[in-house]
Amino acid sequence: MALLEVEDLATHFHTREGTVRAVDGVSFSIDKGETLGIVGESGSGKSVTCYSLMRLIPEPPGRIERGVARFDGQDLLQMSKSDLRHVRGDRISMIFQDPMTSLNPYLRISTQLIEAQQTHRDIDNKAALFKAIEGLEEVGIPDAANRVKSYPHEFSGGMRQRVMIAMALINEPDLLIADEPTTALDVTVQAQILDIIKQRQERLGTAVILVTHDLGVVAGNCDKVNVMYAGQIVESGSAEQVFYEAKHAYTRSLQKTIPSLQEKGQELYTIPGLPPDLTKPINGCAFHPRCPFPKTGAAETGRPTLKDVGDGHCFADCGYCDSSGSIEDVLAKGDTDDIQLPGEGVKA
Amino acid sequence: MLKFVAGRLLQGILVLLAIYAVTFFLVAATPGSPFSSERAIRPEILAQIEAFYGYDKPVFERFMTSLGNALSGEFGPSAVYANRSVTDIIAESFPVSLKLGALSLLLAMALGIPAGIIAAVKRNTWLDYVPMSAAMVGICLPTFVMGPMLALVFGIILKLLPVAGWFGPEFWILPAATLGLVYAAYFARLTRGGMLEMLNQDWVRTARAKGVKETTIIWRHCLKGGLMPAVTFLGPALAGIISGSFVVETIFQVPGLGQWFVRGALNRDDFLILGLTVLFATLIVIMNLLVDIVQVALNPRLKYE
Repeated sequence: MALLEVEDLATHFHTREGTVRAVDGVSFSIDKGETLGIVGESGSGKSVTCYSLMRLIPEPPGRIERGVARFDGQDLLQMSKSDLRHVRGDRISMIFQDPMTSLNPYLRISTQLIEAQQTHRDIDNKAALFKAIEGLEEVGIPDAANRVKSYPHEFSGGMRQRVMIAMALINEPDLLIADEPTTALDVTVQAQILDIIKQRQERLGTAVILVTHDLGVVAGNCDKVNVMYAGQIVESGSAEQVFYEAKHAYTRSLQKTIPSLQEKGQELYTIPGLPPDLTKPINGCAFHPRCPFPKTGAAETGRPTLKDVGDGHCFADCGYCDSSGSIEDVLAKGDTDDIQLPGEGVKA
Repeated sequence: MLKFVAGRLLQGILVLLAIYAVTFFLVAATPGSPFSSERAIRPEILAQIEAFYGYDKPVFERFMTSLGNALSGEFGPSAVYANRSVTDIIAESFPVSLKLGALSLLLAMALGIPAGIIAAVKRNTWLDYVPMSAAMVGICLPTFVMGPMLALVFGIILKLLPVAGWFGPEFWILPAATLGLVYAAYFARLTRGGMLEMLNQDWVRTARAKGVKETTIIWRHCLKGGLMPAVTFLGPALAGIISGSFVVETIFQVPGLGQWFVRGALNRDDFLILGLTVLFATLIVIMNLLVDIVQVALNPRLKYE
């Protein structure tokens, strides 16, 4: 049985400008010890998906509209607040994007690490402090026994993220949700942080959901990958399937944007246009206005759903665009004139 | 820490010296004298009086003598009330003002800070709207409106409380409420703002993700930072309560320093004005120093320089 099974999760934000369908029907599952990557550009709903699982969405304006998130037989989305509190930090924990603001600057590191334990365990201060020091050593903080008494501002960004990891893993949770854990960090530190997460994961057998917009990070670290666009998963499968046999035009366009996969001296590729406005209903494939592949008909019906194309590799096939050819050929032919940028299409 | 306090004390002393000098010369430059009155006084008597108080000497010499005396804690005789020194007047009425001020400040904090915390935690509910609307009214109403209104309602109509004098605890209530309610309103708004800022911080989300109870989040994670604006406001609040006491003490006939200050100014009682100004200035300097110390104690990112 899967550790976490998410079905048809939808989280909307009710703002003055209208209802933003940030997450609109997302389903996936993750097994014990597995690493699931969620990729997508800003606003694609990947962070909101994770926050929804932990019910950390600010309500209002946010609201989880529908869906089920079965964790160990219990639905996280229907659970009472006090039951949820026992899951948070104990069985599922979370690391956030910005280590500079995620630790409380008014409290010592020791206080925050001890709090994480005493919230869920009957453990005295001394034992908890000992475990805290141990935890800091395991994530590679030098002189942990002394540093544990410091305040967050006395650490660098990378060190703070290590503290966050130590804190998130101190109760040995079954699932760790890492929301862009390396985005705010120096490139040299990024690799270290990912290594630490991986090491700890192997030691503790923790499942990890790794949210990122960095395809390289996903390729190197994940067993399974979900590609999100405009609040839905457009392609999912094993890392190999999504990277070597990418089907969806969006996934393939994303790959095209990785600088290191392009020849030196070549102009960097960017996907034209902007993601769609999520306050408006989307007809057909959400990526359709930016899709570089030739289309044989306009997609006017609902959004295409994920279909299995073999071995658990799924993608949302709109059935109109011919994405079988190589993206290089399509771009070289300059056959991208029919790309409608948002706002341009209304002219006619 | 010790260096910080010593440094700030030195600064405070310089501030007090400056205040003393400015007050002295302003008073000295004011036309008229404490001894002029509607009754005609014979010139030789006036000269004698002026000689007694040292007014026959040049102004700078007077300043030096008065400063020397002030440094040894002696502010001279009252120029208007015979046989009473300024120190006597302070000794007699300062405890009254201190009690009134302390009561008002306590009332302001005891009412304002919890109201602010509750309003922030329960924002956009009636627990937020009702106290905050009341606070808005409190801020807008000056003490000289609030005082008579309270006196009218609780003293004259309901006949619950005495409206003038200072003879026991029941006499303290109306003046302290008049003075304190306005500042309770300020404290409530500042605390609400501070707490709201804290509650929106990323680290609160981290604490929630850790499974920390909502009450612990408020007390452990938000209170220190959330109280910062209120703590910073303590200094100005004290200054305001002191100057507010001039009005309130007059309305409710409280025999405190504020009344003496008003009388001193009207009577051109040079020594009294000078003594009271320095006393109030000292209070504010000390209060500001205390505020600075508390701020550093609350916020680990600040350091005693």
